[in-house]
Amino acid sequence: MTAVADPVEAVIPLRPHDPANIVEVDSLKVYFPIRTGFLRREAGSVKAVDGVTLEVRRGETLGLVGESGCGKSTIGRAMIRLREATGGTVRFDGVDLTSLSPPDLRKMRRRMQIIFQDPYGSLDPRQAVGQIISEPLETHHLAEGAAKTERVAELLRLVGLDPNYVRRYPHEFSGGQRQRIGVARALAVEPEFIVCDEPISALDVSIQAQVLNLLTDLRARLGLTYLFVAHDLSVVKHISDRVAVMYLGKVVELGPPDVLYAAPGHPYTRALLSAVPVPDPVAERKRKRVILKGDVPSPVNPPPGCRFHTRCWLYERLGQPEDCRTIDPELRVVAEVAEHRAACHHTDEALKTDVGVAHISQTLVRRGTPAAALATLASPDATPAEVPLAAPDFLDVPESTGSVSATDGFGVEDPSGTDTYTDRVDPF
Amino acid sequence: MVSSEEELSAGDAPTIVELSSDDVLRARADAVTKAGVGRKADHLLEVRGLSTHFFTPDGVVQAVDDVNFDVGYGETLGLVGESGCGKSVTALSIARLVADPPGKIVAGSILFDGIDVLKLSAEDMRKLRGKEIGFIFQDPLTSLNPTLTIGYQIGESIREHLGLPQKAAKDRIIELLAKVGIPRPADRLNDYPHQFSGGMRQRVMIAIALSCDPKLILADEPTTALDVTIQAQILELIQVLSSEFGTAVLLITHDLGIAAGMCDRVNVMYAGRIVETGTVDTLFENPRMPYAWGLLDSLPRIDDVRGDRLRTIEGLPPLLINPPHACRFGPRCAYIRDKCRESEPELTQREAGHMARCWATEPEGWIE
Repeated sequence: MTAVADPVEAVIPLRPHDPANIVEVDSLKVYFPIRTGFLRREAGSVKAVDGVTLEVRRGETLGLVGESGCGKSTIGRAMIRLREATGGTVRFDGVDLTSLSPPDLRKMRRRMQIIFQDPYGSLDPRQAVGQIISEPLETHHLAEGAAKTERVAELLRLVGLDPNYVRRYPHEFSGGQRQRIGVARALAVEPEFIVCDEPISALDVSIQAQVLNLLTDLRARLGLTYLFVAHDLSVVKHISDRVAVMYLGKVVELGPPDVLYAAPGHPYTRALLSAVPVPDPVAERKRKRVILKGDVPSPVNPPPGCRFHTRCWLYERLGQPEDCRTIDPELRVVAEVAEHRAACHHTDEALKTDVGVAHISQTLVRRGTPAAALATLASPDATPAEVPLAAPDFLDVPESTGSVSATDGFGVEDPSGTDTYTDRVDPF
Repeated sequence: MVSSEEELSAGDAPTIVELSSDDVLRARADAVTKAGVGRKADHLLEVRGLSTHFFTPDGVVQAVDDVNFDVGYGETLGLVGESGCGKSVTALSIARLVADPPGKIVAGSILFDGIDVLKLSAEDMRKLRGKEIGFIFQDPLTSLNPTLTIGYQIGESIREHLGLPQKAAKDRIIELLAKVGIPRPADRLNDYPHQFSGGMRQRVMIAIALSCDPKLILADEPTTALDVTIQAQILELIQVLSSEFGTAVLLITHDLGIAAGMCDRVNVMYAGRIVETGTVDTLFENPRMPYAWGLLDSLPRIDDVRGDRLRTIEGLPPLLINPPHACRFGPRCAYIRDKCRESEPELTQREAGHMARCWATEPEGWIE
């Protein structure tokens, strides 16, 4: 472990590395300078991530949810050092990423990959699929010649695409297929950890489920670890082993989805849950909506004390207690469930209400498909074809020992660099 | 994120809205009664046999094909489906805003409050748009003019359609801005769209839509570009204001959850056709079309127990150039039989107020 530059951090010793964690983030800060005027003077900074301590455990899917601008994508990028940290540390497998020299970082990057949100912007339109997927193989000298061709075909099969598509270009594929290509590219270097940055937000409902299932299958087959960044609480609940809720650059609640969605300890989590539409008119009528007034405050000057107090319904209900305005709450264990933590001074009060969860039935019977239809589906001749998945035999390929080329190892530029998810394109 | 601090200092406390289903139903019923006063037809909007095609170099895209539906006075009707299913084109056809060329309404009639919209002159149509029919589009940043103040943009239709004198128009604009929840409206009249956050811009759009007290609002994915808490604000606003003014809403969305919470009735569209229609309760309780099951089953739900796999609809929607005379969902359907490949089913009655387009769920079909 390296020395900590920030004197404030130095007071708190870095927690020891736990081998069960693949990524450990301590007091992470990522600030973006705001430059104004002729001299481009620094006039302040956007505090995108402002003191986050979090770990991703080996083999888990950690869901990271929050509204746009809360810093969730920035954390994902900082975890693989696509964004430089302003303060704090990011350790991958116990190694501080900020301490690595460029060649060492490149070697390390083979173990971590990212899948981007926009399957239209993240693939080079002038490269055929084969080139897109083989670029990381070349960068890391993993395969050449016939072995490379075979490997690309194998990767395409793995993500449920026809290996004969290698010569096609991205525009010949639908959004869901393009996202599969993005997944194949990420898998090419046999990573251990993948940051999935809103991977299904730009896709249609029926296609989202296909890609979600693919990611779930691949995780099980290849023993992957995911950081799953998304704004959709339902999707995150479905895929995650643990969920972290972010607000204005901080993690405000963390816990296993069953606990966190049933008894949220933070009023913001409750407000978010209350706002998620449920495709069931009966549940919709039971909803107690928390209508948060106004917008998220600017991350340039976050409110003092608890960042959420300016929009908090509980703060109003409790008669505007002073501690909310003055003391920034730490993450604390909720209701003695060790895994469940929330950053609120008044968690006990939040737990006393059913705000945000009144309409979420815990004993749900899915409306929809009638039983008879399910029985029809169960009969062998009516079963819908599953996408065949090839066995991941490439995992036995020995580690490459060759030197590392000059590109960054991702073979792709971040297409957007932003944290929006507004680009659901309707062709009409 | 713009000027949120001022907005907060305007004395708005976060509120918890608790509505029982009785309240919701009563409010809706009142709205429908109120809206029906002075009605000129059975339904505010009657769409019959609407077909809108796009004439492209690759062939004729049958984006909307033989679509029939009604919107009652004061009713909220949902139009749900995936990208490219024709829901937006349906709305644009009603307002006669389909770009021509390449698009053309090739058949059908659209009766709006007893008037055949397709037979109106361009001038009469202009009088209808903005006055009788309001619009809320998905992306308020691109649908507002960045070079004009929001006061001017809201005032445009007021001046055009209502002919109010300057002072009265200004008062009306301020009143509208207050109504849609923009703090200190008098001070914000001369602000430009970029000075507003996404949610606030959408409020401005709603103010424009409501400016002439229209009978119908066409809301095309009004909250798709917004965060979930802001989405809740905007949906709440549309619901409250449409009830208050007795405005009918044609709500286009891909989100079944939004449809379930907002609509009285829902039309499901697939590949240019309505494949299922019913009241929200019948449709979500007992959908009678495999596509609707697929959509509902493929959604991860917040009230789900965490499941391992989602059921999916394999494949992709068909191209709408020369679609075959067969069930358009057939190639993706798990229950397909020869009959589905041979002829296309009609939209037929299942129970009162509930119709579906599926051979398998018809009385003599193979799915109970």
